Amino acid sequence: MSRIGVFVCHCGTNIASVVDPDRLTPAAREMPGVVYAADYRYMCSEPGQQMIKDSISEHGIDRIVIASCSPRMHETTFRKMLKGTSINPYMLEIANIREQCSWVHADKGRATEKAIGLVRMAVSKVSKNEPLYAQSIPITKRALVIGGGIAGIQAALDIADAGHEVVLLEREPSIGGKMAMLDKTFPTLDCSACISTPKMVDVGAHPNIRLMTYCEVESVSGYIGSFEVAIRQKARYVNHDICTGCGLCETKCPVKVDSEFNLGLSKRPAIYKLFPQAVPSKPVIDSESCRMLKDGKCGICAKLCPLGCIDYKDEARTVTESFGAIIMATGYQLVDWAAMYGEYGGGRYRDIISGLQFERTVNAAGPTEGHILRPSDGREPETVVIVKCVGSRDPKKGKSYCSRACCMYAAKHAHQILEKLPGSRVFIFYIDVRTPGKGYEEFYDQTRMDGAVYVRGRISKIYEEDGGLVCQGEDSLLGSQVRVRADMVILETAMEPSQGIEGLTSMLGAARDANNWIQEAHPKLRPVETQVGGVFLAGTCQGPKDIPDTVSQASAAAAKVIGLLNKSEMETSPMISAVERDKCSGCGACVGICPYKAITLQEIDDRLGAKRIKREVASVNSGLCQGCGACTAACRTGALDLLGFRNGQILEEVDALCL
Amino acid sequence: MRYSYFPGCSMESTAKSYRLATEYVMGRIGVELVEIEDWNCCGATSAHTLSAAMGLALPARPLAMAELREPGLDIVTGCASCYARLRLSMHKARSDKAAKYLIENVIAMPYEAKREVYSFLDVLSGEEAAAAIKAKVTRRLTGLKAACYYGCLNVRPAEVTGAPDRENPMAMDRIVGLTGAEAVDWAFKTECCGAAHQNDAASVSRPLVWRILKNAQANGAEAVVTACPMCSLNLEMRQGGYRKHTGLPSMPVFSVLELLAVAMGASARQIALEAHHVPAAKALAAALRRSGGGVAI
Repeated sequence: MSRIGVFVCHCGTNIASVVDPDRLTPAAREMPGVVYAADYRYMCSEPGQQMIKDSISEHGIDRIVIASCSPRMHETTFRKMLKGTSINPYMLEIANIREQCSWVHADKGRATEKAIGLVRMAVSKVSKNEPLYAQSIPITKRALVIGGGIAGIQAALDIADAGHEVVLLEREPSIGGKMAMLDKTFPTLDCSACISTPKMVDVGAHPNIRLMTYCEVESVSGYIGSFEVAIRQKARYVNHDICTGCGLCETKCPVKVDSEFNLGLSKRPAIYKLFPQAVPSKPVIDSESCRMLKDGKCGICAKLCPLGCIDYKDEARTVTESFGAIIMATGYQLVDWAAMYGEYGGGRYRDIISGLQFERTVNAAGPTEGHILRPSDGREPETVVIVKCVGSRDPKKGKSYCSRACCMYAAKHAHQILEKLPGSRVFIFYIDVRTPGKGYEEFYDQTRMDGAVYVRGRISKIYEEDGGLVCQGEDSLLGSQVRVRADMVILETAMEPSQGIEGLTSMLGAARDANNWIQEAHPKLRPVETQVGGVFLAGTCQGPKDIPDTVSQASAAAAKVIGLLNKSEMETSPMISAVERDKCSGCGACVGICPYKAITLQEIDDRLGAKRIKREVASVNSGLCQGCGACTAACRTGALDLLGFRNGQILEEVDALCL
Repeated sequence: MRYSYFPGCSMESTAKSYRLATEYVMGRIGVELVEIEDWNCCGATSAHTLSAAMGLALPARPLAMAELREPGLDIVTGCASCYARLRLSMHKARSDKAAKYLIENVIAMPYEAKREVYSFLDVLSGEEAAAAIKAKVTRRLTGLKAACYYGCLNVRPAEVTGAPDRENPMAMDRIVGLTGAEAVDWAFKTECCGAAHQNDAASVSRPLVWRILKNAQANGAEAVVTACPMCSLNLEMRQGGYRKHTGLPSMPVFSVLELLAVAMGASARQIALEAHHVPAAKALAAALRRSGGGVAI
């Protein structure tokens, strides 16, 4: 017979003002198996914990129920406490009488009755608890950072500075990401390149960082502490071991295609560096446009290269590397507004550009050397209309969410236009102006002082007439239709997850939210972790954010990784699935349903009567299993059970409440 | 090619030249239109604003009649308003059981919505019809710059019409191209012409017509082409004040069927071109002259 102790917490007045401990504690004392029950003002406090420990030895208690706040809050606290006593940390159940009772009910009598019911359930469950023991798994002291934008760069530098090895993987030919494309950053108007390119150089030179550019993740296996990642190095056609990055090869290439970095506002050759400050500062050949690779005719760059670096026979290679932890820093892309907004011309008008195209335009290293000129005729615009929330906050056509950074960079764009083109006029069409950040509201105020005209309303249509762009919309403060003739229109478009996020997250087993952003483990308390152990999040792959938030999150993710890699082995949660082999028929239903790829079929030796046979049974990898329980529901024979939440335990709880 | 045909009230009244041109062209390209027996008003534009049940049931009745008499034929109409109402009833009967029940109770006959409702644009832009048109065009309207006005109801709402592009549809542009005329790229193909409020709120609605004409002219068009008698009526008959207001010349407005008819050899008299409010024959005659045919219209 189990000897159960019940401890009721008042949580100051949080619980006790609604749930009456003077009724709850005596009621608990009468429950089957309970040998002791007591209540206290703060059970989680030092004296509270001491009281529990003393009671355990005094009354020979072998398992306990604590009626208090949510187990998410203090279950770990009390498990740690039990480590110093005679009983196993998993011989504990928490009855949540705060979040699920006192905080949500007003009727004291009925709330107390509910609390008694909750405690009765916990008492029944704990009577079926069994000691569980954590296992430990070794940790490979090496981190993989996927994505070489500012998030990946910051995370890689932080981990490397702490003394751990990092591989920074980037699919483009250079690291730098979106930040390298920006002109200035709000609200301080720092030159974006001046603050990001030194970090890029640091990454390139850091002894603990290995840069793998023009690479993509091909597959991921393993689990926290020991991931095996197959990385595909795309063919560069340039031998980077001997290339010095002199740039001679680029000068005579006859091919001209749209520059990705300048978003189609200029051309680049087929052999190219993404941008002049690229890291590594060495070119690659774009096989889709290179004449030699397409038609076998040309070869000019090979003739020009003084070191013989060009290798048209280069092929993609796949290498497999081991890592203890992975940081996702895959960033965002802007929505394809032209496909979504036919009413803005659907991409037919050249003088309607995206905010990122404006960044390239106003950037001194961009295609117009920083002069704000219309793409159609190269003239300076006199009137510019900026449209915010294009694709954001628009559940009918685009994304329902706010893209967070646009309000501020719209203000920055307006400021830059008014500064560079004296006498020009800027109209900003907005839904709301959102400026939550240090110095942000002040910057927005300054932009209005600069002369930017904020019009509250959406643009319903943009069309070309008599050489200008007519922007038709609503001024919802005036309650009237307005029409502005603009020379150029900037659309501040929504962020969406980078292309390829689905494949990558499925390989890792990480979840995505309704909008395809990678889901954090908990929106408030575990914002840089995923549900998959050892996989962390940095930057906009988790959701839209600006540079300061991105860098903060990257450093936070790095701190988590450093903490993990500092250990040589780690404990895993014992509350995972377990297979009763005798019952398992080897049907494999659990294999497909497991979101963490933790279950495989394994061949075992068995007997059928007197005959020795081999058959397959499910096998759970304790490093991968996150204890979600999906397999236990899918198992047809009931061979799978979740330790700590066995079917028998759950049914016992239900019986306690219903019978 | 055979279709059950829902003419709609405009074809019987204001759209005389559109109707004659339709009969002429369909006859030439071998499309047989079987007029729906005892068809009734589709309810546009007032029924659905007064009663949801009436808005669904009125257009459903002729559709049900068509499926009863000619179960093998799809339905076609030449009016965008009719098209929108008929198609909505078809869509609702297919997707909403309660709506189907309501419709069948009001019209007191079954309506399975098995056949599609098409517009003339759908029918004429089919491969077979386009080939037939090409074969029958005998004189080209060379250099006639036309702005194709689809109106809002040929394309919206998208879940009802299934139109691939609500802002820049191209079906009519391609049909006009077959006549040798040039469909200009412009921005007001599906913009509201204020049809519903031309009588009760003229000061609001007239400028809606004017800005459509103005953008057409700004993009070089010398005529507007429609696929709907209601669109034609609005754009053509509401031009009073346009010249005074904008300083621009008035614009002839054709239905796409009239252009096809002329290109297939119809005379002005055959399709009653004289019924137009804005003189229409002149622009066509000029185009025919440019094509070198010199054929009197």
